[in-house]
Amino acid sequence: MADIDIRQVAKRFGNHQALHAVNLTVADGEFVVLLGASGSGKTTLLRIVAGLEKASHGTVIIGGRRVDDLPPRRRGIAMVFQNYAVFPHMTVFDNIGFGLAMQKVPAAEIERRVRRVAELLHIEELLKRYSGQLSGGQRQRVAVARALAVEPAVLLMDEPLSNLDALLRLEMRAELKGVLQESRTTTIYVTHDQVEAMSLADRIAVMHEGRIVQAAPATEVYHHPATRFVGGFIGNPPMNFLPAEREGEGARVAGHLFRDAPAADAALLFGIRPEDLVPAGKGLAGRVRVVEPLGPHQLVTMDLAGHLFRVVLDNDLAVRPGETLTLAPRPGRVRWFDADSGVSLTQTTQPEPATGA
Amino acid sequence: MTSLATTEAEAPARAEPRRSGRLLMASAVAVLVAWVLVPIYLLVVNAFGSVAAVSAWPKSLVPEFDLSSLAFFANYAGVPRALLNSFLVAGLTMVMSIGLGAPAGYALARFRFPGANLFRLAVLMTRAFPLPLLALPLTVLFIRVGLDDTIIGLALVHTTLAMPFAVLIMASLFLSIPEELEEAAWTLGCSRLSAFRKVVLPLALPGIAAAGIFAFVISWNEVFAAAVLTIENKTLTAFLLQSLDVSPLPLKFAGGAVLIVPALLFLFAVRKYLFSLWGIANR
Repeated sequence: MADIDIRQVAKRFGNHQALHAVNLTVADGEFVVLLGASGSGKTTLLRIVAGLEKASHGTVIIGGRRVDDLPPRRRGIAMVFQNYAVFPHMTVFDNIGFGLAMQKVPAAEIERRVRRVAELLHIEELLKRYSGQLSGGQRQRVAVARALAVEPAVLLMDEPLSNLDALLRLEMRAELKGVLQESRTTTIYVTHDQVEAMSLADRIAVMHEGRIVQAAPATEVYHHPATRFVGGFIGNPPMNFLPAEREGEGARVAGHLFRDAPAADAALLFGIRPEDLVPAGKGLAGRVRVVEPLGPHQLVTMDLAGHLFRVVLDNDLAVRPGETLTLAPRPGRVRWFDADSGVSLTQTTQPEPATGA
Repeated sequence: MTSLATTEAEAPARAEPRRSGRLLMASAVAVLVAWVLVPIYLLVVNAFGSVAAVSAWPKSLVPEFDLSSLAFFANYAGVPRALLNSFLVAGLTMVMSIGLGAPAGYALARFRFPGANLFRLAVLMTRAFPLPLLALPLTVLFIRVGLDDTIIGLALVHTTLAMPFAVLIMASLFLSIPEELEEAAWTLGCSRLSAFRKVVLPLALPGIAAAGIFAFVISWNEVFAAAVLTIENKTLTAFLLQSLDVSPLPLKFAGGAVLIVPALLFLFAVRKYLFSLWGIANR
């Protein structure tokens, strides 16, 4: 058990700045997900914490100890790799026991601990098999079991579910969450899948172009995106954005006047989640382009003052392409951004969590 | 190619050229196979023929199995010694090729360093350098150092010849072992060395053995350096070359067979690793 403190960590590959002075703290027992598109630097950051990559600048502190000059084996970490990296020349038992054997743990104790984690991940029957005889999902379980067997202070996971098919991924996700909740191991988990991130994380750190743009609990990242990028990146469909004209105390968006715009000096950008709108007598009016029934909801794509605008509406509402739809935001759901910098101008209504960055 | 019959039925116009192309391919393969196999067949048939049958004409169609030629060869003065020398030199070449080639191959596969491509090229270019050009200076140098006419001296030259292949085979071998396996080992308590020993080496062992055997065969078959650099400690190839004009026919055939057959068997055993040399995956 240990906390992690990442201070001003930067990484440069040749001419490419992969990470710009990243700061992140992970509390003891916390589950933090690094979420970002490919190339955002999330895997690089994880590998720096693991010691597989050397930071160009900055410091990583694990459990109060500076680990910058320590090799991976002296950092008290365990890692689960994207392609599992199960040793093909060893049985599942030897794979799971490998870390313990390296620590010169007595054979009887290795046996006991391997059996325990194998039970935890439901792979007791596979212990005598080789990796070639396992399915992708089983290999995944072996990789997680191998990492947990050493009882690491910090568990690092690099897109561990991305090679599984959709159904298996859903199943493993729920199971992983159960197992990790029980072990209460400090975990950094890298993924590009926002649903995975939301379902697993105590806190999501959204990465973009080598920077952490927001580190907060899932609901806060979703409802209070710190920047325009986060709002557009998280949520499917993503947040809608419309340009706003300042008018007195308020702002005019697509012809409709909002009275409660923030009193900042900057040019404004209006943002709203697709599900935060309801049909109303007056508000944002646009022509319906496409209606897609999605089971419980329908996704309506409309043309709003020349901008593409998506709304998720209840199924009982009859909407046809071509007609005009007028929508009003649900109270308290409008988000304002600085049109130039993309930074949110809306105050966070939720209290800062104790573990916040 | 999964449903050749249906595609041919759908496109009868294309079926004809495809068939003739296949015929051309088959005959080319047949010619190449015959090119290689017929001399070996004659060699082996004659080696296992009786001393009388070797020079007989016309040949009987059914090959006989008679060890008298081989027995004659084995008892011929100097042959056992030459055979032993060949084994020693080839064995030493194998050991040195692995010892030097494995680290070089690992470095090429795992580390990015300036000049890696140049090094790769340079390794290959050593094969482009004509050995005859080196013969005289090398002999002079070996005499000065005291390596002339020794097993180790010849093994050094053969190692130089075998090294490009050993390095490139092993580089592609290490490349085929995912780096994540090593990284996983590091995170589980291994240093680079112990990760190599516990994870990479067991996985690479068959390929390393193959590279070693290939080095063995190169040394086993090498004539020129062996003939130039040794006098007393001749290897079998050099011995046969030297006594070619004075030795009787059965000796030549038996000697040829003894040289070729082990080399062929070894190469056949490691053929998939030789393909990997050209970048074809060896899985």
